[in-house]
Amino acid sequence: MSGRLAVRKTYKLWIGGAFVRSESGRYDEAQGYNFPRASRKDVRDAVAAARKAAGPWAARTAYNRGQILYRAAEAVESRGDGLGVSREEREAAVDVLLHYAGWTDKLHAVLGGVNPVAAPFLSFSLPEPTGVVGIVAPDAPPLLGLVAELAPALAAGNVVVAILSAAEPLPGLDLAEALGVSDVPGGVVNLLSGRRDELAKALGAHRDLNAIDDAAGDAELSAELDRLAAETIKRVRHGAAATSYGDATDDALSRLEAVTELKTAWHPVGA
Amino acid sequence: MTIETRTSIVWDYAPAPESADHIRLEDRYGLFVNGQFREPRDGRYFPTINPATEEPIAEVAYGGPEDVTAAVEAARAAFPKWGALGDLERAKYLFRIARLIQERSRELAVVETLDGGKPLRESRDVDIPLAAAHFFHYAGWADKLLYGVNAREVRPLGVVGQVVPWNFPLLMAAWKLAPALACGNVAILKPAETTPLTALLLAEICQEAELPPGVVTILPGDGSTGAGLVRAPGVDKVAFTGSTAVGRDIQAALAGTNTHLTLELGGKSANIVFEDAALDQAVEGIVNGIFFNQGHVCCAGSRLLIQESVRDEVIAKLWQRMGRLRVGDPMDKNTDVGAINSAEQLERIEVLVAAGEEEGATRRSIACELPKRGYWFAPTLFTDVSPAHRIAVEEIFGPVVSVLTFRTQAEAIEKANNSRYGLAAGIWTDKGSKAFEVASALKAGVVWQNTYNHFDPTAAFGGYKESGFGREGGPAGLRPYLEVVR
Repeated sequence: MSGRLAVRKTYKLWIGGAFVRSESGRYDEAQGYNFPRASRKDVRDAVAAARKAAGPWAARTAYNRGQILYRAAEAVESRGDGLGVSREEREAAVDVLLHYAGWTDKLHAVLGGVNPVAAPFLSFSLPEPTGVVGIVAPDAPPLLGLVAELAPALAAGNVVVAILSAAEPLPGLDLAEALGVSDVPGGVVNLLSGRRDELAKALGAHRDLNAIDDAAGDAELSAELDRLAAETIKRVRHGAAATSYGDATDDALSRLEAVTELKTAWHPVGA
Repeated sequence: MTIETRTSIVWDYAPAPESADHIRLEDRYGLFVNGQFREPRDGRYFPTINPATEEPIAEVAYGGPEDVTAAVEAARAAFPKWGALGDLERAKYLFRIARLIQERSRELAVVETLDGGKPLRESRDVDIPLAAAHFFHYAGWADKLLYGVNAREVRPLGVVGQVVPWNFPLLMAAWKLAPALACGNVAILKPAETTPLTALLLAEICQEAELPPGVVTILPGDGSTGAGLVRAPGVDKVAFTGSTAVGRDIQAALAGTNTHLTLELGGKSANIVFEDAALDQAVEGIVNGIFFNQGHVCCAGSRLLIQESVRDEVIAKLWQRMGRLRVGDPMDKNTDVGAINSAEQLERIEVLVAAGEEEGATRRSIACELPKRGYWFAPTLFTDVSPAHRIAVEEIFGPVVSVLTFRTQAEAIEKANNSRYGLAAGIWTDKGSKAFEVASALKAGVVWQNTYNHFDPTAAFGGYKESGFGREGGPAGLRPYLEVVR
């Protein structure tokens, strides 16, 4: 194939199901490629797209969401080396997607239940998605570290806006292409590359975000996100970067609880 | 009573036959043992026929006593490796099977209908998708067992022997195999004598999924094959779905052996219609409850309990609705009620219906043209039924509904519970508080409110009393396939 010039990819953000450049027109460079340097306006657009997708995604059956996450596992597996990470990392990411694909229709049995209230009522509590979850992905590993935060949020029925690894954003942007062919509806996952100090705070401060999942491992940023969250009582979870399948799944339930609300319903019996 | 058409135009349904061109069936199927199809030891085969035409479809190996022994040996040999396989890898095999069932769903639906006589619409829309969903659900449990058993330390039981009925052949196979395998057991499944084909196609799917040999064994045969399997030394757990009579025999045979056992048996489920129900909706539910799958459903709403104040209205609406049921070719996509599964089952239905007439109940069967060949029974309604009549007590397992009445809620509960069975019940009322109160008073494993015959892999299914013990579906469905270590 000598003499053939490769067709290079133009990396783009993934917002509302569309591959777009940053509205700011800015770019940064990593791993030999230019990639979009998202702006605070891109964050706002992404949250708006996510909010629009939140209702329909949560309304899908748990079975259907499980099928879609399983499809995502199939799609990532079939991309082979195309994600620019080690084989080990890619396989762990696939397994994490598979693990959480199996959670969608089990969460209710594990977290919910009937309350034997001391009155003639049928009272039951069931988990529901908290809504729009902002994820600050760790720098490394760039794919697994992202998927470990993404998969539980989606499995629990949330939609996501994620800020990708600042050091290696390309695997995260490549993941968009796999998710985009996995029946993940537009807007359910929104992926932004750029500078974390600029984006994470804009995300954390957004008033229409319900929860923030911070895996960046930056103590100063964590404290700032905590402060920003207080403004609209966001749920916050801080965690270390997942570097193995076990890291991402050993305490799956805590990850799922962090992005879940519990709703208790009461209904009279006999009255 | 005559059926009045609403307009002067009669809207006939044009035939909509499903094609069987795309399916590939062998002329002859062996036993699926150790990952391969094998000749039976004594060389016996039996034909499986299409109950809608009485024509043979294929020949199927008959599993004899030596085959049972060989199957158990192969399964025992496969167990250590399978039980020790990583949870996630076990999950992946089950996901593969789920996906392959989805991929081959049209073929499986057609074969299910040809072999068992159920309308294609039901095979296509209920049996096959639910079978795939069941594998999908339990695949997800394989690496989450801890969460399904309330944090107890558990281990698989070993070799499980499973015997399934002919009313939902592939679906029942899925209900049995998926949780057993997810928990790390190996399984020997005996499909019903009259409907072995989809289980054998499932064996092909296990091959395609590269499931390790011996993890799933499919052992076709008749009642004696099943009887031999459940009593075989080396079988650690038995799961049986079928009649209460056979279930009782199995429980007695296993007495003193420490073999684990779950039973999903017969029913005579009450479908209770209160005067404040949305009656048109209730009538649809009654029809679905008893005529779905020709009434060959263990949880069929075969005892219809109607509040006296709306009795005449409900019966009039029901009879009118029944008149619109399309009975006939199961391969026609418009058919509501297909063929009775076998000559033997048809005879059982006829005997009980005759007993109903002899005992003084009033019989009405809809007027419909039944095909010349095959086994058929017109949807039938019995009124003037007393609670002591055989048709109010015994499971008919056919498209026959017996109507009883009640005046008060307490009487409805009393009558509904007046059965040795306790599999399911239906409640029709627009008042939620009443529905929940009645539901909690019913001795039945499944209670449907303003719906009937709904199934889901996440929802436990199983009976009270002589309808058996053990549950299938959801986390409760894991427990029968696990031993608690501590």
